[in-house]
Amino acid sequence: MGSNSVVSNRRMPEKMNCFDLSPNSNSDSEAEEVHVLAVDDSLVDRKVIERLLKISSCKVTAVDSGWRALKLLGLLDDEEEDKSSSSSSDGFEGLKVDLIITDYWMPGMTGYELLKKIKESSSFREIPVVIMSSENVMTRIDRCLEEGAEEFIVKPVKLSDVTRLRDYYMAAREIRSAESGINVNKRKLQESFDVCTASSSPSSSSASPPSLFSSPAPCSPSSLDSPTRRPKMTSLDHILI
Amino acid sequence: MDSVVLLQRQLVDYTAQLFNEGFLDDQFNQLQQLQDESNPDFVVEVVTLFFEDSERLLNELAKALEQQSIDYRKIDAHVHQLKGSSSSIGAQRVQKVCIAFRNYCEERNIEGCQKCLQQVKNEYSLVKTKLETLFKLEQQVLAAGGSIPWPM
Repeated sequence: MGSNSVVSNRRMPEKMNCFDLSPNSNSDSEAEEVHVLAVDDSLVDRKVIERLLKISSCKVTAVDSGWRALKLLGLLDDEEEDKSSSSSSDGFEGLKVDLIITDYWMPGMTGYELLKKIKESSSFREIPVVIMSSENVMTRIDRCLEEGAEEFIVKPVKLSDVTRLRDYYMAAREIRSAESGINVNKRKLQESFDVCTASSSPSSSSASPPSLFSSPAPCSPSSLDSPTRRPKMTSLDHILI
Repeated sequence: MDSVVLLQRQLVDYTAQLFNEGFLDDQFNQLQQLQDESNPDFVVEVVTLFFEDSERLLNELAKALEQQSIDYRKIDAHVHQLKGSSSSIGAQRVQKVCIAFRNYCEERNIEGCQKCLQQVKNEYSLVKTKLETLFKLEQQVLAAGGSIPWPM
């Protein structure tokens, strides 16, 4: 069938990837919190970023390397499989995160390399990635932003940086949630003939419903872009010290 | 009650001194903001990690500079780490020496590197002593029944 990862997920609901953020699929109260995967080889920095995130009401998973991050996400297992496959290895549910924040300079795999691997993955490229670095190097910043990083934060990271990120990504997630809520309803329509919002006709059960990340359905908030066209946060004021 | 006020005054004055002399910068205040009833020892914990990490790095640096053939990239990597962690806790003077140290690495200047190693060891030792004194003063205030007047 198609290589659209979201479509294939709908045909195999038991293998939901981390993009199904609709309230229906999250059974616990942790669905309210932004879940951040923090990657930093420095023990001191890991402790600080973890605390910064927790005090900002985020759920945190902190790891010390890019490899460990990829493993947790379930992305490493994908390497042997077809890139277009949405699922990680059979039955393995990777960690579901809303945001990845990673140090740039790490031994083994740099934050830039981690960013690339995430953006090259069909399953994970929609997860926003923020890069942190102690060095304010324009070429480095440009390279990261071009590769798809949402933002580049110069260390040391402050509480105001984290609360700003959290507010932004909560809003972005709510939009995605609203959109996926619409698409989940369409899937249910095929199953139970409930009435939902009428954007596209759900007449054929074999037709591919619109991708979660295509242009927004008419009833989604019109003032904000869909995640794939989300404007990058203005980060110039703090990267140009 | 008087002793508490006196101790608090001592703490405030001592802290101000550390900031004035450049041992600590605003990042240390940032850390204090992250401490609360649920995490009452956060600053001490992070600073302790910094002490352990720094001592490891300083040992590695000393070893690396004793080698017959100097691996400047390795030295630079260690200094970069030290610079990062000192910046994260607000140990400003240590961080500044690290910046100079990295420049000497880039120039492959062995004497400059050795000089910086000595300097960074001194600065580290100073800030360690001062932070330990600061934490002791905090403990004294708490033991006397007072609270830490943060931010100062």
